[in-house]
Amino acid sequence: MFKFKILTALLASAFIFACGNKQTSAPGTTENAPGTTTEASTSDYDPKRGEGKFNESNLTIDAALNVPMADAGEKAAGVKCTSCHKVTDERLVGPGWKGVTQRRAASWIMNFITNPEPMIDKDPELQAQLELCLVRMPNQSLNEEEARNILEYMRKNDGVK
Amino acid sequence: MKTKVLIFVMLAMAAFVFMTSCRPKNAGTSVKGDSAVKSFVAPGQYDEYYNFVSGGFSGQMSVYGLPSGRLFRVIPVFSVDPEKGWGYSEETKPMLNTSHGFVPWDDLHHVELSQTNGEINGKWAFGNANNTPRLARIDLKSFKTAEIIELPNSGGNHSSPFGTENSEYIVAGTRFSVPSDYANGDVPISTYKENFKGHISFVSVDKESGKMDIAFQLKTPGVNFDLARCGRDKSHGWFFFSCYNTEQANTLLEVNASQKDKDFIMAVNWKKAEEYLKAGKGVKQKVKYAHNVWDEQTHTGTSTIKNEVTVLDVATLKDICYMIPCPKSPHGCDVDPTGEYIVGSGKLAAVIPVFSFDKLQKAIANKAYDGEYGGIPVIKYEEALYGEVKKPGLGPLHTEFDGKGFAYTSFFVSSEVVKWNIKDLAVVDRVPTFYSVGHLCIPGGNTRKPSPKYLIAYNKITKDRYLPTGPELTQSAQLFDISGEKMQMILDFPTIGEPHYAQAAPAELIRNNGQLKIYPIGENKHPRVAKGESESKVVREGNKVHVYMTAVRSHFSPDNIEGVRMGDEVYFHVTNLEQDWDVPHGFGVKGANNAELLIMPGETTTLKWVPDRVGIFPMYCTDFCSALHQEMQGYVRVSPAGSKTPLTFHVGKQASSEEKPAQ
Repeated sequence: MFKFKILTALLASAFIFACGNKQTSAPGTTENAPGTTTEASTSDYDPKRGEGKFNESNLTIDAALNVPMADAGEKAAGVKCTSCHKVTDERLVGPGWKGVTQRRAASWIMNFITNPEPMIDKDPELQAQLELCLVRMPNQSLNEEEARNILEYMRKNDGVK
Repeated sequence: MKTKVLIFVMLAMAAFVFMTSCRPKNAGTSVKGDSAVKSFVAPGQYDEYYNFVSGGFSGQMSVYGLPSGRLFRVIPVFSVDPEKGWGYSEETKPMLNTSHGFVPWDDLHHVELSQTNGEINGKWAFGNANNTPRLARIDLKSFKTAEIIELPNSGGNHSSPFGTENSEYIVAGTRFSVPSDYANGDVPISTYKENFKGHISFVSVDKESGKMDIAFQLKTPGVNFDLARCGRDKSHGWFFFSCYNTEQANTLLEVNASQKDKDFIMAVNWKKAEEYLKAGKGVKQKVKYAHNVWDEQTHTGTSTIKNEVTVLDVATLKDICYMIPCPKSPHGCDVDPTGEYIVGSGKLAAVIPVFSFDKLQKAIANKAYDGEYGGIPVIKYEEALYGEVKKPGLGPLHTEFDGKGFAYTSFFVSSEVVKWNIKDLAVVDRVPTFYSVGHLCIPGGNTRKPSPKYLIAYNKITKDRYLPTGPELTQSAQLFDISGEKMQMILDFPTIGEPHYAQAAPAELIRNNGQLKIYPIGENKHPRVAKGESESKVVREGNKVHVYMTAVRSHFSPDNIEGVRMGDEVYFHVTNLEQDWDVPHGFGVKGANNAELLIMPGETTTLKWVPDRVGIFPMYCTDFCSALHQEMQGYVRVSPAGSKTPLTFHVGKQASSEEKPAQ
């Protein structure tokens, strides 16, 4: 009897939580953990642009290669990327970089390398890739400048002069 | 929908009320029915408070969430921790250095959170080492021990690490008086009265960096300093220390230090001490102590032995210290949020005396003294006394405050917490604890602004409270809801080591203090860092082999190493290249006589390994890092001494391909 009543009470509280109304959570809890906030639904996802702060309007790509940027990008990639990515088309932990700037839009690359977590969850091609590699690409905390330089290095690697 | 929820809630409440009303009121079940809801934090939700709890004889500090009582982390402080490589990695060994050499264990009793204007500021937590006297500072952005300073002239650092209301100083009073380090210590123990002295260190804390320094020491008569509290608000500039064994016994203290009707609370005017220091009244004494500092950029601790400390003699510098008589062997010495009331808890006393800061000032002005003790004026008891709480319980130890005019005192012998009104000194509530409570904690309970929702009792004995685990049982804490008039126990939770004092702070204060998630790899200044796989290498320097190794999900570089010989010392300097939160890598190698490494993202850490036999030794990642974690491994080949096997290393080359040449 005693136990049954506790169960009833717990079930009742479980029910409250199940309703998803944050205001009725247990006293003594003030905040939700990350990950429980709702984000834009998958249907809003643009597989060409990816998800993140970059799009065609805030990204300028010249036809010609910016050599100092590409060199800086090579250096940054050496610290944060090339443990897992070869610059050939050979897969190591992740896929090789050869041809990536032809396969993907610049904004997609910029978004993915600065904001990988949500994109791996939403992008159909990334999900297919994950089945092959089995390792989620980590967020390497690239700042905007580093990311842009790495993109330039990828372009160099793909033959842009 | 909403009505349904309401009905459910009401049903649940009704069930609780029913349960409560028919419950027998014995010790084992003195818990109200809604306690589960009060302490329940749903999966995925955060606690309201961080609770920093001393680990006692474990030497560490533990971090719990309140009200759930969930354990989040054990921060290694004074004891080695093989799980985290603390005291085993080459970089952390200097942190445990002392004037006695490397000391792998201590006894951490008390916690103090740094303050600004008498409120917790969320920057640092301090802890004391009770055995080999030291003070530690823990950085609350990284939850890592950032600094440890040893205390000379000290026999046991118990009266510590209590701080002033802007953390200008953290104090460290010796529990065991001993001959000064700068005097001859080879004396008969029976000459205690003549040769043994007390020293209290005032350790300054830099406001920005937190860096500690022994600003000065007060030399006092030989007694046992027990606990302490700073004055606050109007009494800012003062510090109060409980002392026992004013009998100056050196044997069978149980009896011999319990002779006097009254011992003392020593009131220290530290602003006055600062004036004397400035006026050059301090005497520089030759001592020896270690000062160990962690550098977050080189990821390395450095230990410096220092040789001098400035001592102020309070027997000759008259107006720094005053003794307030306090009935019998005072333990806790606590100051209320207004700074006016000083509560002494005589372990063996039948009353709790409450002293008034204003009366104390008047008594000093009027020289209302009752002689001297070791050159220090003794204030007349009644002249400093505000009043006594009569018959509060047995064995009062510690008092915390709720900022609403109430004090909460723990009673060891009668095993209870007693709530009393500071103004009229009347007891208003009492609850049993299970069992033999020591320290209490109210979040901010030692500050100007307590957050009086919960009170935690840290108990010395658990006996029958949990499933038995042989002769040694878990230690425990009990959580009380004190938001109402009556205290209500809502949770019992086990703790590590033996909990003594603890402090708690609102979660937001710590969470939003700029918590560190990774160490930026670009800022890594470790002398043997490998920033990227291209920098990974193996270098021989005589019989020392340095492996500059990188770790990333899910491989090491290099992962094949040959050419190590018997007689070599191998140093694995492992850099974790990850730059993502919560992705440490571990490193273990067979036969290592020390421990594993646990390397945070962007950090470089070193394991020393001396191979003891010829053969192939596997190494692997010990911290489950990815789906291919089990593949994160490698081999070291050890050849006989004098072998001609060249030093080679690589990652990702199969037998057919050419090996990278040795450097």
